[in-house]
Amino acid sequence: MTDATIWDATRAAFGLLLSGDMELWRTIFISLRVSIIALLIATPFAIWTGYVLATGRFRWRRPLIVLLQSMLSFPTVVVGLILYLLFTRRGPLGDFHLLFTQDAMIIGQALIAFPVLAAFTLAAVQSADPRIRETALSLGANRWQAALTLLREVRFGVTASVLNGFGRVISEVGCAMMVGGNIAGVTRNIPTAIALETSKGEFAQGIALGLVLLVLALGVNILLSSLQGRGGVK
Amino acid sequence: MNALFVIEKLVKRFGDRELFNIPTLELERDTSYVLTGDNGAGKTTLLKALAGLESAQFGAIHYQGRDISGDVQGELRRDVVYVHQHPYLFDTTIAANIAYGLKLRGMAANEIKQRVEAAIEWAKLADFRETPPQRLSGGEKQRVALARAWVLQAPVMLFDEPTANLDHASRDRVIELIEHAVDDNNCVVVACHDHEIINLPHVRRLHLDRGTIQFQ
Repeated sequence: MTDATIWDATRAAFGLLLSGDMELWRTIFISLRVSIIALLIATPFAIWTGYVLATGRFRWRRPLIVLLQSMLSFPTVVVGLILYLLFTRRGPLGDFHLLFTQDAMIIGQALIAFPVLAAFTLAAVQSADPRIRETALSLGANRWQAALTLLREVRFGVTASVLNGFGRVISEVGCAMMVGGNIAGVTRNIPTAIALETSKGEFAQGIALGLVLLVLALGVNILLSSLQGRGGVK
Repeated sequence: MNALFVIEKLVKRFGDRELFNIPTLELERDTSYVLTGDNGAGKTTLLKALAGLESAQFGAIHYQGRDISGDVQGELRRDVVYVHQHPYLFDTTIAANIAYGLKLRGMAANEIKQRVEAAIEWAKLADFRETPPQRLSGGEKQRVALARAWVLQAPVMLFDEPTANLDHASRDRVIELIEHAVDDNNCVVVACHDHEIINLPHVRRLHLDRGTIQFQ
């Protein structure tokens, strides 16, 4: 691809974005919908897991932390493969007819986001001042109230974990392609659309979607940076 | 019988090291105590054990005449308030910090507001009302923490080295608040090395030395 082609494709990409191309905006909408719902599902479980692993004293704590940290680098395409085998018609969950639906993509992204959210929450809670929990308990909090107080005190770290989780799922292609099937207007999201358009030689569409991902990534990083700044004041 | 706490055989170990082994300890209602001892003697750990914040082995523990050996930590949380040497203030307003324990007790909003105002006046915190807690000095933080404990009117208040590392003026103000808390007829236990607190009138002296406690 020559410089001129890249320039032409980029110009065409801006044209597509600004012209309100329905297919393009539908793909963006599906991406955001799937990722946000996946995060909403994963976040409560992940925060609870991170908190329990950070504060609990039980036998399997260390191995579970190692397992969680290993899951951070688990290839998303392998998550997709496992879910594909579960959801395929002859698989154990085949009766639910989830394969090639947004629900399957949501489940996949929730599983991908979970270790990121839990590991970052674990780190935030582990680095929290131990006096927070003691102070809450001493002032009359029960264990749940003390946990909520602690999470509120490390809220910048917890929010950063959610933003990191969003960054991971919005850009993942392997699982979405495997369990979503890249069906236009149904399960086609930004990363799978980029993969498809590029393979067809439709660079403008691919670059337009890439630009949206970059803007999203930039927005998330600006938020993260401002949160880290706020957290650092303490 | 005027005993608030009767503790038999209170033992704390860290691995093989035995920090203290106290055969009996009796704290009386409406009586305040100063707990002295060298650094590392276990004063902080003892106070935290009494507040239910630190696990320890109790032979038996009676609180207000009831045997609470089965759930020491759960039973003591509402009645015993512990204030750290360097208190942690929650990342919110000073008023919300003081109101924290009252809210946990399900008190009505009006009642909370009145009590918080009284506590702010008690600890002379009106000038810092709008200051973020993280910007307060050590002495000011200590006063907020004392107000946050005092406002609960808990039967037992445990203060851990409240005047350590404070400048002269801050120390005087904190001592004044501790005197008020002692005069309020609560059971106050202050762990410290500060002679002005040690020599307060109407305060009984406990000394933790080589793992055991002696009344002085």
